[in-house]
Amino acid sequence: MSWAEFFAMNGYAWYVWGSYGMVLLVFLIEIVMVRHRRARILQQILLMRDEGGD
Amino acid sequence: MVPWFSWSAAIFFVAGLYLGFFVAPTDVQQGEAYRIMFIHVPASILSMFIYLVMAGYAALGLIFNTRLSSMMASALAPTGALLAFLSLWTGALWGKPMWGSWWVWDARLTSELILLFLYIGFIALHASIEDPRRADRASALLAIIGSVNVPIIYFSVQWWNTLHQGATIKFTGTSMHEVMQQGLLAMLLAVWLYAIAMTLIRVRSIILERESKTQWVAELMEVKR
Repeated sequence: MSWAEFFAMNGYAWYVWGSYGMVLLVFLIEIVMVRHRRARILQQILLMRDEGGD
Repeated sequence: MVPWFSWSAAIFFVAGLYLGFFVAPTDVQQGEAYRIMFIHVPASILSMFIYLVMAGYAALGLIFNTRLSSMMASALAPTGALLAFLSLWTGALWGKPMWGSWWVWDARLTSELILLFLYIGFIALHASIEDPRRADRASALLAIIGSVNVPIIYFSVQWWNTLHQGATIKFTGTSMHEVMQQGLLAMLLAVWLYAIAMTLIRVRSIILERESKTQWVAELMEVKR
């Protein structure tokens, strides 16, 4: 089986890759969001400590 | 613990996709379109399982007034909602070529859609209440009541005549090719580990957000300069 045949998925390319593509997209968005949320709260804590501390 | 789960999830994704796309044979009835199964089934199973875990944590938080269990429930909800969405999305893209329709108001599809709305409702309700402890209690109640929907999804294919097929994997023997089963199992583990990793990262952020004014947070290594 060639790569072209593999990607064509025997005529079901749109359905198969549409499924896996959306999964990839959703997972990437989720990963970016959880990392962003963690970075943001760590940043806030730093700021608060600098204001309230010493 | 997070890197451990993330890396093992990645390994199982690679293994599962390899088995699913390169080793597993083409299905006699469905051709290549059946390969959507390798993500559709894990996403669906975990969307239900995560809901039960979330409702369980929410109930613990409600009964014993433990803050961490409520935070776990809040951390699980977004991942569960995304998996419920992916279950519906991949199901639609599988349904179109096989049933001739993106969507039917079938018992299983409808109850899975309700599951997605329950997740969204949980998140929205929690976000709409200012005081986190009150938000925990109100959304816990929603989660617990909504959990009756999970067995409805699970048994819908037996209780009603639906377009959706019944369970293929049974404890009493399975009517599926062995490689397909292994690929599916690998993908199930991958999504499971992924969900654990996402939840743990998220719960750590939630703990920090809620406890940001306490002394121990200020003394954390990560925020030390």
